[in-house]
Amino acid sequence: MELINKSALELRDLLDKREVSSREIVEAYLERIEAVEPKVNSFVTLTKEQALKDADKADKMIKDKTATSLTGIPIAIKDNLCTYHVKTTCCSKIIKDFLPPYDATVITKIKEAGMPILGKTNMDEFAMGSSTETSIFGPSKNPWDLERVPGGSSGGSAAAVAAMEAPLALGSDTGGSIRQPAALTGIVGIKPTYGLVSRYGLIAFASSLDQIGPFAKNVSDAAALLTLLAGHDRRDSTSLPLEKVDYLQNLGQDIKGLRVGVPVEFFAEGIDPEVESNVKNSIKALEEFGAEIIEISLPHSEYALAAYYLVATAEASSNLARFDGVRYGHRSKEDRDSVTMFKHTRAEGFGPEVKRRIILGTYALSSGFYDAYYLKALKTRTLIKQDFDEAFKKVDVLITPTTPSPAFKFGEKNKDPLAMYLSDIFTTTANLAGIPAMSLPAGLTSEGLPVGVQIFAPALKEDIMLNTAYALEKAIGSIGFPALEV
Amino acid sequence: MPLEDYTIVIGLEVHAELMTETKLFCGCSTSFGSEANSQVCPVCLGLPGTLPVLNEKAVEYAVKAGLALNSDISLLSKFDRKNYFYPDLPKAYQVSQYDLPICLGGHVDFIVNGEKKVIGITRVHLEEEAGKSVHSGATITDSEFSLEDYNRCGIPLIEIVSEPDLRSPEEARIYLETLRNILRYAGVSDCKMEEGSLRCDANISLMPKGATKFGTRTEIKNMNSFRSVQRALEYEAKRHAELLDRGEKIIQETRTWDEASGVTEAMRSKEEAHDYRYFPEPDLVPIVLTNEFVNDLKDNLPEMPVAKYHRYITEYGLPEYDADLITANKDMADYFEEVIKHYKDAKVVANWLMGEFMRLVNEQEVDITEVKVKPKHLAEMFALQDKGVISSKIAKTVFEEMFNTGKDPATIVKEKGLVQITDASEIEKIVEEVIKTNPDPVAEYLSGKEKVLGFLVGQVMKLSRGKANPQMANEFLKKALDQLK
Ligand SMILES: [Zn+2]
Repeated sequence: MELINKSALELRDLLDKREVSSREIVEAYLERIEAVEPKVNSFVTLTKEQALKDADKADKMIKDKTATSLTGIPIAIKDNLCTYHVKTTCCSKIIKDFLPPYDATVITKIKEAGMPILGKTNMDEFAMGSSTETSIFGPSKNPWDLERVPGGSSGGSAAAVAAMEAPLALGSDTGGSIRQPAALTGIVGIKPTYGLVSRYGLIAFASSLDQIGPFAKNVSDAAALLTLLAGHDRRDSTSLPLEKVDYLQNLGQDIKGLRVGVPVEFFAEGIDPEVESNVKNSIKALEEFGAEIIEISLPHSEYALAAYYLVATAEASSNLARFDGVRYGHRSKEDRDSVTMFKHTRAEGFGPEVKRRIILGTYALSSGFYDAYYLKALKTRTLIKQDFDEAFKKVDVLITPTTPSPAFKFGEKNKDPLAMYLSDIFTTTANLAGIPAMSLPAGLTSEGLPVGVQIFAPALKEDIMLNTAYALEKAIGSIGFPALEV
Repeated sequence: MPLEDYTIVIGLEVHAELMTETKLFCGCSTSFGSEANSQVCPVCLGLPGTLPVLNEKAVEYAVKAGLALNSDISLLSKFDRKNYFYPDLPKAYQVSQYDLPICLGGHVDFIVNGEKKVIGITRVHLEEEAGKSVHSGATITDSEFSLEDYNRCGIPLIEIVSEPDLRSPEEARIYLETLRNILRYAGVSDCKMEEGSLRCDANISLMPKGATKFGTRTEIKNMNSFRSVQRALEYEAKRHAELLDRGEKIIQETRTWDEASGVTEAMRSKEEAHDYRYFPEPDLVPIVLTNEFVNDLKDNLPEMPVAKYHRYITEYGLPEYDADLITANKDMADYFEEVIKHYKDAKVVANWLMGEFMRLVNEQEVDITEVKVKPKHLAEMFALQDKGVISSKIAKTVFEEMFNTGKDPATIVKEKGLVQITDASEIEKIVEEVIKTNPDPVAEYLSGKEKVLGFLVGQVMKLSRGKANPQMANEFLKKALDQLK
């Protein structure tokens, strides 16, 4: 039985029927990882022994009937999520040996659910990048074309799911870091409403934008994982005190009469024609299901990227200031006094993209520039939120391309930061507005590269977003798996 | 131009640690004096991925402080990050409040040289404490290494910023003492300057008398006692005056006070001042208070020193001097009120507290809260005195024993055999003995030098080891001597 191309929920079903054990599933994935990892480089740390132990524990839970909806299903974790006594590096030299003395809240949930953790996945350094090219462990490859990037920053998690090294994975999304790699690798990725999932234990990039979310092969799997992750956490003051929702419950409802907004600003010039045609096909598919397609405008969208790069870098410049060599992580040998130590530690420990963003953010917050940059960005953020508020008075969901183009080649954009930043052009608005958004496969280009379609919903309307995606997934059908030759 | 011809303008920034059980954003203990780095957790160490959770008690204390300082309480306030690198600051930013502090306005009133002063408060805000650097050498520059203790890191602080309303170094000291008293009365801070739970920075400038435009100011740091605040400001005022007299300019800068040499030294200039890059703390939500919450705290605010002072005068009939002295220290006032519950003559209690009590407290350098004498026992001692069981002289002996051992007065009197002799026959016997052994003074008395009586009474007291009832000794002696006439 080929286990690795099954969905998480299919595997879960097999576990319940005792046709397979969690140990067998984990072993199958570990075997796959061993086979394809030299090509894909999704993982930066593997936790094989622990995964097998956890699989046995999960098998016992299933036997004891204490299992829950994802018990026994293995998962891969982005390396900016703290895992107790397992290296959590953010793929940066500055904390490359950091062993957290605690689990992130989402990791606690995963462990309590009896999900074996296969390992930690590659990412852009401190989640700053759209290609994994800024990782100190070298980039991950796109399983559909090893010459191309898997997207970023959660590129390792996306590549792992696409390459069938894991049925599920966790990522974090600050400006598109889940949705963009999901689109580029042909899988499903969700950025939840800000505050739906606890950020405790997520090494912060930009605190007011960061959200943790799932990667999966299909919408149902993603919904199941989101159900597990969501919920109020006392340790995160920004997490919302909400009743638990089962996101699987709503899938498959009729979308007849659903009002789907198509924002004109997202179909402007510069978008790849094959991306456009695939996304237009998706829109047509929804219409065929009886959805009402409404053209709308998000007039401040053109300022989103600028606002995003100011807010995100400003917060990052402060969040990353703690890596100073005093208490943990890399410390320069040039340490004759504290200022010298700070300077050299940070000069040696951070890569060029991280430094660039720290400098940008520091500048944006500096006295004399604060009003012109940071404050203006905050005002823009409010306007973008208002755009969505207005739009959601007229429509239930919005549909757009996830990225302006399919996966690009290594080295194509990493020499030009602005070109790289532009790959987030369609994704940052959701983070600025705090609303949920997700990407799912819309099809393949003539070159056989996946194209992602993005759905936005109002805050906490994940159920409507997921149901729309589920309908779309049914219409489009599977885009299949990358023909990754082993 | 002599210093007297200048108007001195001083404003103080005071930091007080709030006495919550736990830190501002985590559950670590705030107790003082524990082993280094024994009261820390991932949150207060700022480990990556950790997040702050606001301690509601700290908010309550900050509001109480604001109410005690007559401030307006903001129903909406927020936290901001103050960014700077320093080894004792684990996140490299301090969570503080920038443009929306929890309390705005207010005033502190006190009397200096018989004149009532009202000092404006600009704002009170809530923030977290940093850790503590311990240097291997005497100073940071000649140290081979430094160590960090993060026990203190994350303890809640309030910063109280005054208006530039203070007009002399003495006033600044009295303001600070009054402020300490208010915060202690409000029950929000123990304000121990020696443990660093109360700290103060000062801004000072001079302008010619009659002028309205403030001069260039300097900021003074590192003043570690009330006395050093006054001394440092006196030094700095003189320094300003001398510079101005020579026609030199004051440089706007931060200066540090050197207690040992008694001078201030330049630390950093305005140009070198940090750009803290304040911005709203995204990991915390704004503090939203209700009128109900604030009013409830207002209604339950402990009595403040000024109110207490007036009450002591009207309710207990204490002289102003006594009322002032006792209310100047909250612990003293608390003690006074406990004794008063068991003994009604307030003046007797006040006299004793200002006399013997303070004498021993100062002599033995103990904190009033640590005095072993239970207020109830002190009241019992006064009762023994009233009943004539002990004399006022014996009372001092008994009290000293109470002070040293914490025993109750009745036990001490019994154990030490200190009961006053009121048995007439016993006193008569002693009187006889004294007359027999002091023929010369007796003769003097009989010859009309009645002043000698005092000496002879003293001899009776001595012979009875102080236990004879002095009135009876006096009376019996006189009677016996008169019989000899
Ligand atoms: Zn702590």
